[in-house]
Amino acid sequence: MDLIADHISHRFGALEVLDDVSFEVAAGEVVAIVGPSGCGKSTLLSILGGLLQPTKGAAELRGAPPAGSLNPLTFVFQDFALLPWCTVEGNVAFPLETAGLSATARRTVVDDALRRTGLADFSGAYPKQLSGGMRQRVGIARALAVRPAILLMDEPLSALDSQTRELLMEDFVRLLADGAMGAVYVTHNLEEAVRLADRIVVLSRRPGRVRETVTIPMTRGERGAAEARNRLTALQGELWSLIRSEAIDAEREVQHA
Amino acid sequence: MLDRAPQETEGAAAEKPRPVEFRGGGFAPSAGRHGGWIALAVVVALWQLAGSAGWVNPLFLPPPSAIAVAIWKLASSGALWQHVSWSVMRIGSGWIIGTAAGVLVGFAIGLSTLARSIGITFISALFPIPKIALLPLLILWLGIGEEPKIATIALGVFFSTAISVYSGVDAVPRNLIRMAQSFNVPFHAIVRRVIWPGALPSILAGFRITASVALLLVVSAEMIGAQFGIGAFVLQAGNLMQTDQLLAGVVMLSVFGLAVGKLINLLEARLLHWR
Repeated sequence: MDLIADHISHRFGALEVLDDVSFEVAAGEVVAIVGPSGCGKSTLLSILGGLLQPTKGAAELRGAPPAGSLNPLTFVFQDFALLPWCTVEGNVAFPLETAGLSATARRTVVDDALRRTGLADFSGAYPKQLSGGMRQRVGIARALAVRPAILLMDEPLSALDSQTRELLMEDFVRLLADGAMGAVYVTHNLEEAVRLADRIVVLSRRPGRVRETVTIPMTRGERGAAEARNRLTALQGELWSLIRSEAIDAEREVQHA
Repeated sequence: MLDRAPQETEGAAAEKPRPVEFRGGGFAPSAGRHGGWIALAVVVALWQLAGSAGWVNPLFLPPPSAIAVAIWKLASSGALWQHVSWSVMRIGSGWIIGTAAGVLVGFAIGLSTLARSIGITFISALFPIPKIALLPLLILWLGIGEEPKIATIALGVFFSTAISVYSGVDAVPRNLIRMAQSFNVPFHAIVRRVIWPGALPSILAGFRITASVALLLVVSAEMIGAQFGIGAFVLQAGNLMQTDQLLAGVVMLSVFGLAVGKLINLLEARLLHWR
């Protein structure tokens, strides 16, 4: 199933946030969206996921979702969005409660999602008892439980410390390795973008427009080698040089706001 | 550069180190486990001493022992239960009706644009009215009986409940609602599984307030027009200068208030254990 951003523009009142943004995410593809602060990355993701109606244009799907997918477009949130009154198990089971699954099937799905995210021993814990990294793992387990076609990840690592980020990044690489799931990965972090994405959509400062689309010239499996890392670092530098001047302008704009 | 460093600090190193002054104390009050009970016991003992020693006229302030005797006599004669049961019936009925209506209206205001635009205007206009002022009107409408007293309590409870419920609904983090919507969770399930538990802390805090409001209104209503009930009993005792019985009634009100407070504490501990 492909996800298409078709000439999407959006404004909040007088504030123009996105202007004529178009790109496609093919089945199993990971597309990162980067750009200066306030360029509309999260707004774009909300539109793609059907949580916000664009002022112009549309988010569209092409093709059938994979068999058994309960929620083809599934978010992983920056702030985890866990129900504090539910245990880890309850949070993962939450989207399944109204999905028409039998209790046994639900149990199997939840157990599988917990196992895949290393949470099997924490199923009875409440979110307040978990570290930030573990909370985000619950968010990921919840997303996996509905067998999505495309994960919509809104800066999923930005609220975490660097060590936890590294561990979760390894998890993302592993989860997306087989190409069964695609992803739209919104991030400020260019290192995350070049490490995870097949393509990177660079947005301009507000109103966000597609400034450039960069294809990473290697598979994710090839990115561990030393030479590949050097090439990715160089690519990261090129991306930064694309964004830098606008990031400075955006920061000044935020400070004057 | 590195060689010079010890020479520069040689004089200072000879000086005896002193501890850094602690400046981070205070601003973290915590209720002691027994402090409150000890303070209460001291006050009661002083009160008893003042009465026994004849420092105060027992007609104006009977000692705690006289109040305890009055409570015992009232309990033995059955009069206490009669008055308490009438008050509990009125409070219970009024509180349940007011709470049920308040929760419904509060949720409607919290979830519907139409209900919000209409409801907040009415609640803002009617909430400040002292509800006991409506009792004579309610007597005219509903007759002399239990209905106007229960209606007065229900009205008092309704407004506070409605406000605490829609404030609670408003306070539910929007990201949780968006999360549920992103999983295609139906509206009714979002209300039941996200909004209701999210609003519950505010709703239970509202219950604490409405329990006090109900107690205040039942006493006021019973003082205006009732033969039985704690309020009627207190007024009657006051008219007859039976201050020991009057204060016995006041103690019963205090005990009732404490019991309701404990009940709400238990509810909070059970329903909000995740906080």
